[in-house]
Amino acid sequence: MLNALGQPQTLLLLGGTSDIALATARVWARSGDLHVVLAARPGPRRDAAAAELTAAGASVAAVDLEAEATDTHSALIAGIERDIDVALVAFGVLGDEERAWQDHAAAVHLATVNYTAPVSLGVCLADRMKRQGHGVVVALSSVAGERVRRSNFVYGSSKAGMDGFYLGLGEALRGTGARVLVVRPGFVRTKMTEGRDPAPLSVDADDVAAAIVKGIANGDDLIWVPAAMRGVMSGLRHVPRALFRKLPL
Amino acid sequence: MSELTGWGRTAATVGCPVSATAAEVPAVVRAAGERGLIARGLGRSYGDPAQNAGGDVLLPLPTEIGAVAADGTVRVGAGTSLHDLMVALLPRGRFVPVTPGTRYVTVGGALACDVHGKSHHVTGSFGDQVVDLDLVLASGETRTVGPAREPELFWATVGGLGLTGVITAATLRTIPVETAYAEVSTQRLPDLDAVMGEMREGDADVTYSVAWIDTLARGAAMGRSVLSRGEHATRELLGDVPDVLAPPRPPRLTVPLTPPVNLVSLPAVRAFNEAWFRKAPRHRTGEIQSLATFFHPLDGIAGWNRAYGPHGFVQYQFVVPDHEDATLVRILERISAARLPCFLAVLKRFGPGNDGLLSFPMAGWTLAYDVPAHPSLAPLLEELDRQVVAAGGRVYLAKDSRLHPALLPQMYPRLDEFRAVREEVDPHRVLRSDLARRLEI
Repeated sequence: MLNALGQPQTLLLLGGTSDIALATARVWARSGDLHVVLAARPGPRRDAAAAELTAAGASVAAVDLEAEATDTHSALIAGIERDIDVALVAFGVLGDEERAWQDHAAAVHLATVNYTAPVSLGVCLADRMKRQGHGVVVALSSVAGERVRRSNFVYGSSKAGMDGFYLGLGEALRGTGARVLVVRPGFVRTKMTEGRDPAPLSVDADDVAAAIVKGIANGDDLIWVPAAMRGVMSGLRHVPRALFRKLPL
Repeated sequence: MSELTGWGRTAATVGCPVSATAAEVPAVVRAAGERGLIARGLGRSYGDPAQNAGGDVLLPLPTEIGAVAADGTVRVGAGTSLHDLMVALLPRGRFVPVTPGTRYVTVGGALACDVHGKSHHVTGSFGDQVVDLDLVLASGETRTVGPAREPELFWATVGGLGLTGVITAATLRTIPVETAYAEVSTQRLPDLDAVMGEMREGDADVTYSVAWIDTLARGAAMGRSVLSRGEHATRELLGDVPDVLAPPRPPRLTVPLTPPVNLVSLPAVRAFNEAWFRKAPRHRTGEIQSLATFFHPLDGIAGWNRAYGPHGFVQYQFVVPDHEDATLVRILERISAARLPCFLAVLKRFGPGNDGLLSFPMAGWTLAYDVPAHPSLAPLLEELDRQVVAAGGRVYLAKDSRLHPALLPQMYPRLDEFRAVREEVDPHRVLRSDLARRLEI
């Protein structure tokens, strides 16, 4: 159960090797009463993540997640015996932006992992949490989905779709006890963005984790990280296309 | 489906409310789905013992209150509130021997939490006032149990948080009173030593005793308190008061809505505590107060818990054994240093506990501490948990909303016996609550 101070007892990390997912689990693991279900591809990265969370004080169970194999998702969620207090949908691919719209397979892969798979898991989680009468799905979206730009529009459009799905899912779940928190980080310095120049207002995985922990305790349904990103993006959203095109974004 | 929380208004979950008369309860219990069922009273537990996410929540129905028998006992339905019980008893010159700080609890809830009041050192807790009670088990079978009849199941049920079955009725002892008033003495004490000394020495001579503590006072004034004690006022003492057995009235004031922010802020509480302490007389005796004013001052404002705003509040109540004075002092020092806005901190000396397997009271000191819910509270309360456990004490599950399950067996050493009873009467865990899930009871 999520307790009065917003601490979960069972945390499901979908994309359990993501820096943000691990940083979030570490915050709650400090309290010493956290069970983490680490759903990710089997391999050394998942093993390392499990070891890290165990060292941080959590009990950890690893399960196999293949994001593109949507027909396996329902069994994956059903196989988790304890109530799922918080599920973090944290997987995604950034890919090579120019390849992503010119290489058919790359485009489909990106859209499947970033949009279709989160929709598939979101439906399974919603059904489960509705029956539980409680639970929070945290969807890691991105400011890139708020106004899709030329430089990474395949990624941005997939995040826009995913963001819209989870905001809508949160509305649909009102009154069921299940909730959705959509998180829109700006540029996060993680292994996914390694080697790219950080954008202004960039943050660390730990900043996003702290915002998620706070958002859950507050019962928020949408947060921006950093909070100032909200103002920036609502400005950018209204820039005319002809001008937006010329911006160095 | 409806969203439920405890009195602290935290950790809401959604369950399916069901109303049933005592006769219908067996069928309702048998019909419970895979997420089970829990009985709920008036929702005055602070945390999550009376909610059941995804399952059924049985709501109370007030029932008729029987006549007072020659031996002073009265038969009541479990859904009856102590308010209604007092309204019925007082005109007959009777009162309940144990009342908690609110009369808006049901008899069933008071038994399931084995609640206590200002008289614990003399009367014991609510469970100690029971002749017998009717319990509908998970199977739908009804058993009548009491201290002299199936004591094992009875003492698992008293304080058992509704997890052994649904209490539908009870026979309770009442006490004779001449008036609906208390004769109250109020004493202002400058620090923790003074109040602890006064309670240690003087409590044995009074029936009702409790101290309000200013948890924001520091240094030499740490633990400064207002000690309030009382006895039932005699007819003679009241002189020409017209209606000496006037029953309590419903609240006159209401907090009509939840403000968007917490109103219980540090500056407001600092001012309140200062004024509350200074307004108390140095030592006044013989003041006449209605029983409602003396026992249930906060019942005068309906929905006062809303003042804490949308995120609610937690009450941390613990007990440490008598010889652990030092732990109490350390905890109060820690609380005072934390500078959290607490206008309601209450210190009480318990008498010996009873045989309730999960019953809270034990001979010693209990402190209840109300603070706004915030994630930053977790490390402080976890630190206090460790001190309480090290001292052989425990936290009160009727107030709890955040304890970790690993500490429960240490706080409640008879937990295994409780689990054994539950295994016997409810092997499929039909009776379940959010608290039971959270604490892995």
